[in-house]
Amino acid sequence: MATQHSRSAARLMMAPAVVLLLGWMLIPLTMTLYFSFKKYLPMRGGDLGWVGFENYSRFLSSSSFWPSITATLMIVGGVLIITVVLGILLAILLNQPMWGQGVVRILVIAPFFVMPTVSALVWKNMFMDPNYGLLAYLWKFFGAQPVEWLSQASLPSIIMIVSWQWLPFATLILLTAIQSLDGEQLEASEMDGASPLARFGYIVLPHLARAITIVILIQTIFLLSIFAEIFVTTGGAFGTKTLTYLIFQRVLESQNVGLGSAGGVYAIILANIVAIFLMRIVGKNLDA
Amino acid sequence: MARAVTRNRKIINTAVAWGIGLLIFFPIFWTILTSFKTEATAIADPPVLFNFHWTLENYSVVMERSNYGRFLTNSIIIAGGSTILGIIIAVPAAWSMAFVPSPRTKDILLWMLSTKMLPAVGVLYPIYLMFIRMGLLDTRLGLVIVLMLINLPIIVWMLYTYFKEIPGEILEAARMDGASLKEELIYILTPMAIPGIASTLLLNVILAWNEAFWTLNLTAAKAAPLTAFIASYSSPEGLFYAKLSAASTMAIAPILILGWFSQKQLVSGLTFGAVK
Repeated sequence: MATQHSRSAARLMMAPAVVLLLGWMLIPLTMTLYFSFKKYLPMRGGDLGWVGFENYSRFLSSSSFWPSITATLMIVGGVLIITVVLGILLAILLNQPMWGQGVVRILVIAPFFVMPTVSALVWKNMFMDPNYGLLAYLWKFFGAQPVEWLSQASLPSIIMIVSWQWLPFATLILLTAIQSLDGEQLEASEMDGASPLARFGYIVLPHLARAITIVILIQTIFLLSIFAEIFVTTGGAFGTKTLTYLIFQRVLESQNVGLGSAGGVYAIILANIVAIFLMRIVGKNLDA
Repeated sequence: MARAVTRNRKIINTAVAWGIGLLIFFPIFWTILTSFKTEATAIADPPVLFNFHWTLENYSVVMERSNYGRFLTNSIIIAGGSTILGIIIAVPAAWSMAFVPSPRTKDILLWMLSTKMLPAVGVLYPIYLMFIRMGLLDTRLGLVIVLMLINLPIIVWMLYTYFKEIPGEILEAARMDGASLKEELIYILTPMAIPGIASTLLLNVILAWNEAFWTLNLTAAKAAPLTAFIASYSSPEGLFYAKLSAASTMAIAPILILGWFSQKQLVSGLTFGAVK
C-alpha cells in the first residue's frame, strides 16, 4: 500500500508535467478565443476592438472556406482509404512465410522516417515534375503526354505523397495486430472448407477491427493538420488549400489574426470531434 | 500441427513482397542514387540507373554553399534537447502514475493525451506572439520548449506503459528492507527502466527531428533546422536535383537508421498503448 508520504511525493512528482501541459493548453487557447472576438490586424492598426461573432461568420462565408473544407476532406478521406486498404493487404502479405521478411519490413516502413519536407520535395521535383520527373519519362515511354501533376491533378498528387508517408504506419500497426491472430482458428476454418475470402471476411477483418479504428483515428488527427507537404509543393494553390493552410495564411501571411483565430477555433472543434472517439478506445484499454 | 506451406507458395510470397517493398522504398533509393550523380546525369533522358560517373561533389557543394553544418547542429540540439528535457520532466510523472496510482490517474493520462490533439494551427498566433514578446522567435531554446511540450504527452504515455510492466513487488521488497523513496528510485527503478527510457528517447528524437509545422513557422535564419533547410529548395534556381538529393540524403540518413531500431516502440508509442 502506498503511504500518505509517498502519495504526496507522487503528487509533487507529477506537478511539473501537469502544470506545463495545463499552461501549454490553456494560455494559447484562451488567447485564440480572445483574438477570435476582436478585429485584430497587427500590421494595419493593431487591436481595433471587439466585434462579437463577426469573425466566425466571416470565416464561414469567405469564398475560400468551403473549398478548404472540401480539400481537407478529400485529402483526409483519400489518404485514409488508400493507407487502410493497402495497409491491410500489405499486413496480410508480410505475415506470410517468406525469405527476407525482416528486410522487406524495413523497406516498407522506411518512408515514415523521411521528414515531410524531404518527401514532398523529392516527389514534387524528381517524380512529378512535368519535364524531368521520372513519372514524365514513364508517360513518354508509353507514348503518353506527361501530366503536370501538381497543377492539373493537384489533390490526387498530394494524396499520393501523403499516402506514401502514412502507409508504413498503417501497415506496421495492422501487422502487429494481425500477428496476435490465433493461427489455429484460421486452420480450423480452412479445414472446414472456408474459402480464403470467407476466412478474411469472417476471421481476419473482425480481428483487425479495433486496430483499423485506431489507425483511422490517429491518422485523421495527424492528417487534419498536414502542413509541410502543401507548403513546399503547391503553397495552397490549385485547390489544395486545406483548413489548416487557410488559417495559416490568414494568421501569418495576411496577418488578419481575428479572422484566423476564429478559423482556429473551428479547427480545434473539428479535431476534438475525432479525438473524443479515440480517447474512448484508449480509455477502455487503460482499464483492461 | 503447423500449416503446410508449399515451397511454391513461399516463393510467390517472397517475390510479391520484395517487389512491393522495393517499389515503396524506391523514392528513397532514387534520392540516394541521384545524390551521387552530376546535375546533368540527374536529369538524363532516359534516366540512368548505375552506369554513370559516381561523384561526391554534390555533398561538398551543399555543405560549403548552404552552411549545412549549422542546420544540422540546430536539428541535433532541437531534437535532442526537447527529448531529453521532456524525459526529465516525464520520468517522475510517469513513475508516480505507474506506482502510486490514484483514482484520478486515468483521467490525468487521458487529459494529457487530449492536449496532443490540439491542432497546432489553432494556437499558432498566440505562440508566435509570445515568442516575439519573450525574444524566443528564431531561437533554439524556443523550439526546444515547443517541441518538448508537443511531445510530452507521448513521452509520459510511453514511460507509463514501460513502468507499468515493472513488477511492483520488487519495489515493495525494497521498501520493506528500509529503502527510502530516493534509494528506490536510484538503485532499483532506474536500472530497470533504462530500456524503456531508451526506446522513448529514440522515438521522440525521430518525431522531433521530422517535425515540420513549428520548425517552419517559428524559425528564420538562425535557429532553422534541417526541415527548413530542405524547404528552402522549394524555389530553386537552375539544375538542382543532385544537390537536393544530397541534402535530402544527409537529412534523412541518421533518422532512417535510428528508425529501423525503433520499429517496435513505434507501434505502442504512437497508438498510446492501444495496439501492442
